[in-house]
Amino acid sequence: MEKESKDLKKQEAPVPEGAERMRNRKVYVPKVDIYENKDSIVLVADMPGVDENTVDVTLEKNVLTITGTVEAVRPEGMNLAYAEYDTGDYQRAFTISDEVDKDRIEATVKNGVLRLTLNKAEKAKIKKIAIKAEH
Amino acid sequence: MFGPHIWRYGRVLDPFAEMLRLRDQMNRIFSGIGQPVAAAYPAVNIWAGETGAVVTAELPGMDPEKIDISVLGDTLTIAGSREPEAVGEEDTYHRKERNGGSFTRTLQLPFRIDGEKIEARYEKGILTVTLPRQEADMPKKIAIKGK
Repeated sequence: MEKESKDLKKQEAPVPEGAERMRNRKVYVPKVDIYENKDSIVLVADMPGVDENTVDVTLEKNVLTITGTVEAVRPEGMNLAYAEYDTGDYQRAFTISDEVDKDRIEATVKNGVLRLTLNKAEKAKIKKIAIKAEH
Repeated sequence: MFGPHIWRYGRVLDPFAEMLRLRDQMNRIFSGIGQPVAAAYPAVNIWAGETGAVVTAELPGMDPEKIDISVLGDTLTIAGSREPEAVGEEDTYHRKERNGGSFTRTLQLPFRIDGEKIEARYEKGILTVTLPRQEADMPKKIAIKGK
């Protein structure tokens, strides 16, 4: 059964076993939407606090990794009185199939949302085969 | 004189009654766990200082025009809506984790807000609202006179 309500809280990324992170910061898993059409696969990730300079997208073999670093901002002369969320970095990785053209991946960031367009390779595009009726 | 009634006067705690009370308390503490609670959205952080407060909220992918901020006395209301992705008819979803829709959040602050000087910024998906305290509401320092 599909879960009706979505978790609104940020979810922390699991720490790899036997290793610690270099930066003593929390790491969150960004929430993503992935949809596909015949030309491309679009990945949209919510990463509040990142901009084009602090987000990194790397592709190694078939693993697409998204990382974002967020510096905690502290308003001057203020103390945190009440907190419901914590700031931290973002990390998430996906495996992508061979149908993606690795040289044509476009990435944009706007208002804390990363948008990746993974264009499909020409050969992977679905070719429709016309069926002729025989009489 | 020293009959069993001394228990009733509470001089000695009845261990059994104490245990029942403890059990009830524990039940009360854990009664809320496991029940679904509607999470308030967006999650906010409130920074407080002498001159006012700053409220921050993570609202990625919003249209700044669609965020409504209003102040009345000591309450701040943040409302808005996030449009779902505009997908074409032939698009199929593999994952849909991001949420959309409208929200309203009202916060009460411990001071009256100066509505004239309120400032709101929306950068990198984070909303920052600076709420200055009203001049008349500022804390006054009281000098203590010695003899």
